[in-house]
Amino acid sequence: MGSIGALPLADWVNSGVDWLSQFTGFFNSITAFFQAIIDAIQWVFDLLPEWLFIIVILAFTYWIKRDQKKLGFMIFEALGLLLIWNLGFWRDMTQTLTLVLSSSLIAIVIGIPLGIWMAKSSKAEVVIKPILDFMQTLPAFVYLIPAVAFFGIGMVPGVLASVIFAMPPTVRMTNLGIRQVPEDLIEAADSFGSTSWQKLIGLQLPMAKNTIMSGVNQTMMLGLSMVVIASMIGALGLGTQVYFAVGRNDAGAGFAAGIAVVIVAIILDRITQSFNKTSH
Amino acid sequence: MTEKVKVTNLTKIFGKQIPQAKKLLSEGKDKKEILAQTGCTVGVNQANFTINEGELFVIMGLSGSGKSTIIRMINRLINSTDGDVEIDGQKVMQLSKEELRKLRQDKIGMVFQNFALFPHLTVLQNAEYGLALKKVDSSTQEKKAKEALDLVGLNGYDQQYPDQLSGGMQQRVGLARALANDAEILLMDEAFSALDPLYRKEMQDLLLQIQEKMHKTIIFIGHDLNEALKLGDRILIMRDGNIEQIGEPEEILTHPANDYVERFIEGVDRTRVLTASSVMTKAHVINIAKAGPRVALRRMRDNDISSIYVVDNENKFVGFADAHDVSDLIKQGSKDLRSVLKTDVPKTLADTPINDLINDISKTPIPYIVVDEEDHLQGIILRGAVLAAISGEEVNA
Repeated sequence: MGSIGALPLADWVNSGVDWLSQFTGFFNSITAFFQAIIDAIQWVFDLLPEWLFIIVILAFTYWIKRDQKKLGFMIFEALGLLLIWNLGFWRDMTQTLTLVLSSSLIAIVIGIPLGIWMAKSSKAEVVIKPILDFMQTLPAFVYLIPAVAFFGIGMVPGVLASVIFAMPPTVRMTNLGIRQVPEDLIEAADSFGSTSWQKLIGLQLPMAKNTIMSGVNQTMMLGLSMVVIASMIGALGLGTQVYFAVGRNDAGAGFAAGIAVVIVAIILDRITQSFNKTSH
Repeated sequence: MTEKVKVTNLTKIFGKQIPQAKKLLSEGKDKKEILAQTGCTVGVNQANFTINEGELFVIMGLSGSGKSTIIRMINRLINSTDGDVEIDGQKVMQLSKEELRKLRQDKIGMVFQNFALFPHLTVLQNAEYGLALKKVDSSTQEKKAKEALDLVGLNGYDQQYPDQLSGGMQQRVGLARALANDAEILLMDEAFSALDPLYRKEMQDLLLQIQEKMHKTIIFIGHDLNEALKLGDRILIMRDGNIEQIGEPEEILTHPANDYVERFIEGVDRTRVLTASSVMTKAHVINIAKAGPRVALRRMRDNDISSIYVVDNENKFVGFADAHDVSDLIKQGSKDLRSVLKTDVPKTLADTPINDLINDISKTPIPYIVVDEEDHLQGIILRGAVLAAISGEEVNA
């Protein structure tokens, strides 16, 4: 192999990145758009005092799990959130939530239509599937470098990195859910003369709802797993606390912030999971 | 009778090398050969038939015979390789996507083997489905859906979900969904095959009841011959994509077109289908207005029989005479047959099913006579003929 010499792959990528950097205006508008979403969510969280936030979360849990056992979980929620408040991580926690929710929101808005397209067109599936593999397995640091170049430092590149890493499950599960709708139901819908749009809205999406929701759940969890990495490029939140603790070699502080991440993760997970348990 | 559905030269080949397979098919090669040479499966081979308005038309065959493919080509869930289906003169295979949807929405309802109810919708919403697609206003939707549910005997289950119902009830919903639409044509794809025998019989009776009221054009797919004989106005028998025979139930039982159909109808419960007229034999008759005792006796001797049936000028049954009594009459010098006629003969109408007669026939020593509504003598039923008919032998000796 030595006789051929290394392919200048790195150079190609660099020149590609250089070429892209001429579209500053385009990247600036994307940044502004993402920033607006992030600011809006953060604004809502900042508006609520801590105690009211906890009550809202508990009430929401009570409503969403109205058919299920929920007392134990609600006690866990109350204690967990009080602990975060007590440890002084409240603002970090809401910033982390903002990061996760905005990246999940973007991932869902892009991911579900993409999944639908994949399910309807086998050609699209062939093209999109390897891209999804790429998004999930490419080490995050690799695209953080150009992300900073295009979107600067802060929440926006953090959200973007989370979207790239966390979107695939939503796309895959949407595709899977729609493809799993039994053939005879599709035939029935066709035999009564439904349009593809009527079939999608009236049959395929409702039937795929649970599968799609478990994809969304995974997307959120993956988004949460990105908070520490995102903090390296300036995304604020619990990740920043962990990152600082690592830098200071402070195991205790790192653990405390880590626990807060876990609490947020469990709350988000249980709430999104109960979306797909409500039958009929 | 108006032609509702006309199937012309309808052919379906599944596989990749369709042009070659088509060529082989036109050369008269059979399914196996074509499969071996091209890897293509012939689903339906040049089917031709018409279905009349208001007819309950049954397509029969074992699995793989192409019956499900045919029914799916009628509403073009499957495109044909060749040939066309005309519904009210409209060529289905030529329709645009939009026209096809319109046809399906307005004219055709379909009922599926495994019900294919939408599990996320209530019974009422399921029944409303076709109307909702047509964007009919919601009060009409509900009214028509409820009428249809009423018709299939599903009152008060509106708000249940399909998985809360038994199989038989689920298929009632399936039927209601097709009926609510006011479709003129019902396609029923093995609609009752997945049901328990008891539910199945109930559903068959229900379908016949509904048909009596609504006079839809129904195309019913099945593999149970007893079901086909019970339901069908006409039956089409398929094998390996070919049509073996089309005919009325009795015709198929009494005149199977070939060995395959004959084997197919073996073991069927004939008593339900065969009527008195299909097992009766010709009676030896004399006209009382024209013939006296001597003629009667001669006729009996010539035909080697011991009694003879007597009718009047209009071929109405008057009685029957015994050879013994007639010869006594001749010795007495009387010329009037009437005095020795016996009239207490068991009598039945021509369209009575044998099932209803079989008990009495086996108990009565003298043959039943078969008459039409106006009492005209049609024939007589001999015990042996009944047994022969049930066992599937040729009757009209």
